[in-house]
Amino acid sequence: MATAAIPAGTKWWNGGRSPFNASYGKVMMWYFLMSDAFTFGAFLISYGTIRFSVNYWPDPNRVFNAFPGFGHMDLPLAFVSLMTFILIASSVTMVLAVHAGHHMNRKGVEKYMFWTILGGIAFLGCQAWEWTHLLTGEHISILDNGSLSILPTTVTGNPWGADLPHEAIAAALQKTPHDQLVSIASTLHHGAETGAHHDVAKMADGELVKMIQAANVHVTQTGPRAFGGYFFGITGFHGFHVLSGVVINIIMYYKTKLGHFDQRGHYEMIEKTGLYWHFVDLVWVFVFLCFYLI
Amino acid sequence: MSEHVITSPEVSFATAPSSGTGRIWRVFWLLSAITVVELVLGFGLARHWYGSSGMILFVKGVICILSLAKAYYIVSVFMHLGDEIRNMIMTIVVPLCLFIWFIAAFLWDGDSWKNLRNTNGGSKKADTEQVAPAVKEQGAKD
Repeated sequence: MATAAIPAGTKWWNGGRSPFNASYGKVMMWYFLMSDAFTFGAFLISYGTIRFSVNYWPDPNRVFNAFPGFGHMDLPLAFVSLMTFILIASSVTMVLAVHAGHHMNRKGVEKYMFWTILGGIAFLGCQAWEWTHLLTGEHISILDNGSLSILPTTVTGNPWGADLPHEAIAAALQKTPHDQLVSIASTLHHGAETGAHHDVAKMADGELVKMIQAANVHVTQTGPRAFGGYFFGITGFHGFHVLSGVVINIIMYYKTKLGHFDQRGHYEMIEKTGLYWHFVDLVWVFVFLCFYLI
Repeated sequence: MSEHVITSPEVSFATAPSSGTGRIWRVFWLLSAITVVELVLGFGLARHWYGSSGMILFVKGVICILSLAKAYYIVSVFMHLGDEIRNMIMTIVVPLCLFIWFIAAFLWDGDSWKNLRNTNGGSKKADTEQVAPAVKEQGAKD
């Protein structure tokens, strides 16, 4: 990119002026973002280190393959691409708001800030759905003690280990206590009549085992615990940035509406807010890369 | 026109803001196109298109480079860092170069832990490059 032309004879270090030809606030926003980049970088590199240090890591395409309204259809990358495009779109509306601000176009800033806020809220909604889906998901897994259990994805455990060979399932079922057999059997009846759970609760272990085996269930081993910790930790930290970005954007939207920036004679606050918002998008590029793509 | 706004007293000169939004939209389409390419490559990883682990690693490397390209365009155009003066750009970009060693050193460390664990601190040969380690154990137990 071309750097700005500097007028001849400019004395940068005589005091009273910025050596970077930028206001104090903007320079400090950049340095804050740089430090934040190191924070996110440290998290992601720590994730990479742990991932490199174990023999098995969950395949993201199996973990993140759901889309709201499509039930159990296998749709790897679909939902997260929607989230990515929402964030790219809200980044564009933000830069358009900054552009309108450069031209002192208050109506333009209002319009584009509104769409940016909407994009941010849509992204947060998507993330809330994804977290809920992972935290409430029911997957049959074999525990360390050799029995089967139903596991969601949490920070302390997850069912994303390797597949359990079909021959091993029968033996694991023998070790599985009654209450777990009942809950496994009742997951097989999702979507059936609500009375199904009461029926399986009354069944004997032998019957339950037969029923589960007949259903040809898919059983996995437990995955590395760090997977959930890193996933919820890093996407949570990013989501918190998005949330604070939305709050800041809402404040700036109202200040624009109240005409504060017209009185001030410039829209630099929109620029600084824009820097923060683009940074959130920038971090998502790498979260998307590290957790979903590779 | 109120162009060339000096936003604060320490700013020496203001450059005229770009008049059109053409560049913004060009970058938007570019970012979208790169994302689509990434998604297609990622979908290939999900569907086991690439076969050998060397090829998979290569595709993952390509995806990483595409993400860096996206980062460049976001920072340079959307965040207008490319329009700042050179000293400003350098104070941001040069410290970020620490990431090069940061990433290399830690991933290397992670790999080293894995090798030490698999070889019991170097005292035995690693069984195999395990893909699904516990499956075999489980089979043996039953």
